[in-house]
Amino acid sequence: MPPATNETDSQSTDQKVVSYNFAYLDEQTKRTIRRSILKAVAIPGYQAPFGGREMPMPYGWGTGGIQVSAAILGKNDVFKVIDQGSDDTTNAVSIRAFFARVAGVRTTTTTAEADIIQTRHRIPEQPLREGQIMVYQVPIPEPLRWMEPSEVETRTMHALEEYGVMHVKLYEDIARHGDIATSFDYPVLVNQRYVMSPSPLPKFDNPKMDQCPALQLFGAGREKRIYAIPPYTAVKSLDFEDYPFAVQHWDKPCAICGATDSYLDEIITDDAGTRMFVCSDTDYCGRRANENRSTP
Amino acid sequence: MYVAVKGGERAIKNAHALLAEKRRGDTAVSEVGVDQIREQLSLAVDRVMAEGSLYDRDLAALAVKQARGDLVEAIFLLRAYRTTLPRFGSSQPVDTAQMQVRRRISATYKDVPGGQLLGPTFDYTHRLLDTNLAMPAEGPAETSAETASFTGTCPKVLSFLEKEGLLPPEEGGDSPPGDLTRQPLELPAGRDIRLQNLARADEGLLLALAYSSQRGFGATHPFVGELRMGEVEVFFTPEELAFPVLVGEVTLTECESVNQFTGGKDRPASFTRGYGLAFGENERKALSMAIVDRALRSGDFDEEVRGPAQNEEFVLYHSDNVEASGFVQHIKLPHYVDFQADLALVRALRARTDKERGNAASDE
Amino acid sequence: MTAAQAAEHISSATVTPFHLNAIPAGGPDAEPTLLSVRGVSHYYGNRLGCRDIGFELWPGEVLGIVGESGSGKSTLLNLLAGRFPPSIGSIHYRDGQGILHDINSLSEAVRRRLLRTEWGFVHQNPRDGLRMRVSAGGNIGERLMACGNRHYGNIRHTALDWLSRVEIAADRIDDRPMAYSGGMQQRLQIARNLVSSPRLVFMDEPTGGLDVSVQARLLDLLRQLVRQLNLSMVLVTHDLAVARLLAHRLIVMRRGEVVETGLSDQVLDDPQHAYTQLLVSSILQG
Repeated sequence: MPPATNETDSQSTDQKVVSYNFAYLDEQTKRTIRRSILKAVAIPGYQAPFGGREMPMPYGWGTGGIQVSAAILGKNDVFKVIDQGSDDTTNAVSIRAFFARVAGVRTTTTTAEADIIQTRHRIPEQPLREGQIMVYQVPIPEPLRWMEPSEVETRTMHALEEYGVMHVKLYEDIARHGDIATSFDYPVLVNQRYVMSPSPLPKFDNPKMDQCPALQLFGAGREKRIYAIPPYTAVKSLDFEDYPFAVQHWDKPCAICGATDSYLDEIITDDAGTRMFVCSDTDYCGRRANENRSTP
Repeated sequence: MYVAVKGGERAIKNAHALLAEKRRGDTAVSEVGVDQIREQLSLAVDRVMAEGSLYDRDLAALAVKQARGDLVEAIFLLRAYRTTLPRFGSSQPVDTAQMQVRRRISATYKDVPGGQLLGPTFDYTHRLLDTNLAMPAEGPAETSAETASFTGTCPKVLSFLEKEGLLPPEEGGDSPPGDLTRQPLELPAGRDIRLQNLARADEGLLLALAYSSQRGFGATHPFVGELRMGEVEVFFTPEELAFPVLVGEVTLTECESVNQFTGGKDRPASFTRGYGLAFGENERKALSMAIVDRALRSGDFDEEVRGPAQNEEFVLYHSDNVEASGFVQHIKLPHYVDFQADLALVRALRARTDKERGNAASDE
Repeated sequence: MTAAQAAEHISSATVTPFHLNAIPAGGPDAEPTLLSVRGVSHYYGNRLGCRDIGFELWPGEVLGIVGESGSGKSTLLNLLAGRFPPSIGSIHYRDGQGILHDINSLSEAVRRRLLRTEWGFVHQNPRDGLRMRVSAGGNIGERLMACGNRHYGNIRHTALDWLSRVEIAADRIDDRPMAYSGGMQQRLQIARNLVSSPRLVFMDEPTGGLDVSVQARLLDLLRQLVRQLNLSMVLVTHDLAVARLLAHRLIVMRRGEVVETGLSDQVLDDPQHAYTQLLVSSILQG
């Protein structure tokens, strides 16, 4: 088992030490965020407004997810952050370092070890378990936004369950392209009631949300919305009977670990445009590669 | 193993080091002090305080320095600091009628009680580069301005119209005003929330919206009833004491506009008004804010909503430069996973078309 | 209602021969009314919209509301469709299950459900009733999808069927309304409304803004559809020729009040009120 990463404070040299509350936000603010989370859990898929705060990271860079994590993080929790499936992309490093600094919690890159996993754009390949919490960073929480720009109108449409327009979008895709042309942020129906944006996950990850044993929380900082999928909730990707929802697949296995069941990133390796395909989930890939070496 | 995405941590450290180096610039040139920024770039400091929603000249000057002069970045720094501050309570509403004015003009009357007072304005300067400023002055600068020409308060210009019944007075609600920094924006927003939003709004956006409204996208025909800038006292009533205590003084710029009149058979004609207020010397901002505030009140006066400046949802959701800058710039973050999804989709769609074309060709 | 049910409904309606005698003349006891309007007045502030309007609409009946612009006919249409409540009076609608709804106190949820299932609303300007950025097929299919149809092939089949009914070539199904002429846009809007076999259709000057030759073709089409589908309709028009061709019964309005009502032929051939006489003579001269 790889040891938990122990982040060093990358800014301590050029910044004076200011003492912040545990996990940055003050307790009163955390309580208001937790109230919104409870409301969101009680009404799966419903976008609960919350009094979002300015965070020391820019809007659009995960402030919603960071506030949700800050509100639920306990001193003994183990925290994992991924961006594009990887623990080592710059934004993931930056967010992990932030919580290591302001909360002093143990961080990890191992999916199974983590109590809270904050993510941007992916769900880990390793199935989640009961007791874990996924925290998604959400840029645009409103799945109806592309068909209807007005917030007042989209809230009414949700309230009245007026979702015909979502299928109009899918219809238009098929009429124009011969197939549903949405490959990420693919809208889902939660608990047979609310149409929800899963955040910009590739649709490959959509099935993992259905009946998931972990609690899934979604935070949109700029738009000040929190929504949730409680454990073991039905999550259905919108589709037509004769054009059923289907996920991406690749012809080749991962070039590093040989996995055939994971989401692959395409990497261009030379000027001639040679490509290789490798797992986007670096924890999954690394563990499989290790196992392959130990069992030749 | 291919490790293009590894090493993020070291890359970030390097970026921070490079940033610090660029911030300092050529070390042969002496380092700028926060006090110099506070005193000599005071309009930059004022803008950062206004849009950062925090009245602290030293911190705003520090933010300007830390942000290498990028004011939107400085505003962000101040906001992120502000959010961590405990809240003791709310001050008494400041009384701008009691302002010790340093500048005060009205465009609606040639002369008003208290007089027109130009104050420190760029308005009538000729915009010629002053090469004298390129060289530091020898010794203390001479002041020729009659700084003591006026000190004290003067009546609000619009109060004269109010007394005549030609302009409805500003009405305060019974309930305490909302607070966007604590509660999410909900629409339709009341005027309290709109004004708070506009006070924190990006100056450039407000300027453009005000301009668009003047050019006809939702015209409301503004006159500057009064523009005043100066110091007001801030009072606070602590819980332990039953009376207000003076806690300090802030510089404010306030603009009250007089706009096109309403009325008809059943209602006597009267002017309408817009309101702008900003921390510090912030004239362009306060003026633009008053025009946009009035434009957003179109609904109150049964006016047709035709321009973006009149559209509450459009203005309020896009006015905050901390939100806007973050979201626009977040597309710099990696999107490999989503791009890969689209890439696979486009290839599949092309393969399908090619196959169909092939079938069609073989059918012929 | 599924597309299959809709198709069945349409085909059974098609075989029912349509003639004027089919309209029940007996009043409320004979067959339940679809729409019942009593003592309705509406004011915009102090200005009169319409005053003391009352009538009943029976299933399969086309009621024309005629008058000049400003006569209050559009106000009345908006009141009937529940867009805003009348100042005084009541409007009741009996839905497919026989439940009586008070339009004044209709919740937004029920109003929108009726608008996408049992009602149709054809606007004078097709841009107000179409999604201009969505293909013709998507425009027609939207109501089916809103009502739960989840089969692309069936939706497309129904859309093609409706395109042919409103005389639009099948190969235009994937074009957006932007690429259509004004007359085609109006026919598309009608198809979009009728695809779910609504029980009641409101039409606001459906031929307004079209060339005379295009108008004639559209009217012909509308008359056919009214017969085939046994439509119940409230039609607002200032054009008496349109009213004569489509409406069984007419309400003549002037300055917010009803000045004359009766069977269309009766009103137009033998107008009693001076204002109606003026209207009728002005078209004869025109």
